Amino acid sequence: MTNASNPQATLSAASREGRGRAISLPGAALISVAVIYVALFLFMPLLVVFTQALGRGWSAYFSTFKDPEVLAAVRLTLLTALIAVPLNLVFGICAAWAIAKFEFPGRSILITLIELPVAISPVISGLVFVLIFGLHGWFGPWLVKHGWSVIFAVPGIVLATIFITFPYVARELIPLMQAQGREEEEAAVLLGANGWQVFRRVTLPNIRWGLLYGVILCNARAMGEFGAVSVVSGHIRGMTMTLPLEIETLYNEYNHVAAFAAASLLTILALLTLGVKALVERAERRALESSLEGAFAARGEAA
Amino acid sequence: MFAAFRTTRQSVLPGFGLTFGYTLFYLGVIVLLPLSALFGRAAGLSWTQFVNAIFEPRVLAALRLSYSAALIGALINLVFGFIIAWVIVRYRFPGRRIVDALIDLPFALPTAVAGLALTTIYAGNGWIGGLLAPLGIKVAFAPLGVVVAVTFVGLPFVVRTLQPVLQDLDAELEEAAASLGASPFQVFVRVLWPELRAAALTGFALALARGLGEYGSIVFISGNLPLKTEIAPLLIVSKLEQYDYGGATAIAVTMLSASLGLLLLINLLQRYLSAANNGTDELRIGIETR
Repeated sequence: MTNASNPQATLSAASREGRGRAISLPGAALISVAVIYVALFLFMPLLVVFTQALGRGWSAYFSTFKDPEVLAAVRLTLLTALIAVPLNLVFGICAAWAIAKFEFPGRSILITLIELPVAISPVISGLVFVLIFGLHGWFGPWLVKHGWSVIFAVPGIVLATIFITFPYVARELIPLMQAQGREEEEAAVLLGANGWQVFRRVTLPNIRWGLLYGVILCNARAMGEFGAVSVVSGHIRGMTMTLPLEIETLYNEYNHVAAFAAASLLTILALLTLGVKALVERAERRALESSLEGAFAARGEAA
Repeated sequence: MFAAFRTTRQSVLPGFGLTFGYTLFYLGVIVLLPLSALFGRAAGLSWTQFVNAIFEPRVLAALRLSYSAALIGALINLVFGFIIAWVIVRYRFPGRRIVDALIDLPFALPTAVAGLALTTIYAGNGWIGGLLAPLGIKVAFAPLGVVVAVTFVGLPFVVRTLQPVLQDLDAELEEAAASLGASPFQVFVRVLWPELRAAALTGFALALARGLGEYGSIVFISGNLPLKTEIAPLLIVSKLEQYDYGGATAIAVTMLSASLGLLLLINLLQRYLSAANNGTDELRIGIETR
């Protein structure tokens, strides 16, 4: 590592440059501001969830999860995510393949349209499904005649969740696959691989980390969605209550320990999501560094 | 030239028809058709119905609160988001990785949980609310609570749009400016801001749009008092509960057009700014190569 011509040393020195300087006084002040802000604004809410959930001890905490209503909410939340995430995963891969590997007019419009559900208020996302399937909606009377219900029932919750979590896998994969280009896939095709083989053997290994984070984030959003689901659910106890809705009900009934205990499940899920993100970023950085090292080594050999 | 070559070249990769077709189909069924229902319903409203729904005092008060809280929250996030992004990119300090990882928390944490936690912290007997109450400052169940909630949910948008741009910025530029006698303020205004303004604006707009639409955390913390702490999305919900689909649609379309218009405006501004930046980049490269 002391050898300056060692590519690894050059690389890590380059990545350290401009960062490892001694911290000046204004720098220290800025760091303090940032750390205090994050501690008060982001860390404290996490802390309050767990201290309140465990405020009356572990047995009170665990008794929350013996309540059949809470269990029904957990089951519905899992079911919803189990339907919404795979559907949006398949869509995300298709959209990223079409957008990142091919050129066609209107590509940037397509990307904007895919991002649309992120920019729309969750309440409006729920509203559109009420306008279509609600009692006074487009298909409402027809559904009633056939004895089906979408709004104030499970299908509405699933639909609203799919809508809300629609972009998350795609918006993770599109920039990633665009950055990777298509030379590797083209080489595989020229060597005689078919489409599925190209995807399985060439694309998938390259995007697996981004794909993993996209799925985890999509799942976290699906399990935690509140606004859209609240509009279409009808809050029927034990039937159309997801975990976030159950939290609200418990809180409104002044059952604070149970509300925070239910919230702690979703908080753990959020923390896991952040953990996966940190791991994925580290893995991506390593992959980048090793490919850079490869380039350095190749140049060294050529010289 | 290379780009032109690429666009005209036929791709050898398979699967375009299938993936593109499925993308359009799924986008249409899941997003575009449902959204067209909203605009279809809005088109069915008469002008007076629309005006009556929007110019009701309760609706106006809610829209005013939603917009002003989202604006204040986005401004707070612009300032603190910049400081946080700057510190994460430019300094190494203990706990830096944790700070970096926690930035995404509002993105991953369900809004109901955020609302529950923030309400407990800022209520009169809460950790921070208890400190502010003797000073006569009420946060939870007051308009200030709405600002706290939208600030919480908007933070990652500013930090995550600024971070990559800051990472690509050369520290040498600032050092050169400083060694030529520029004050830190001048360095910021003359050297940093022109490079950052497009990203800062995007982050600001995203945080603003997110704050405008926020519902989950606000219904916990605001107390939902009509004319005082009621936000526009909540009014959509209460109109729906009374089966007033027309009124709900009118508010929704007003909010949606405002946020889509905002995003469009930002998009155009960003294009204009990055075109301006490209000009200076070319200039700089020209100087360097000479």
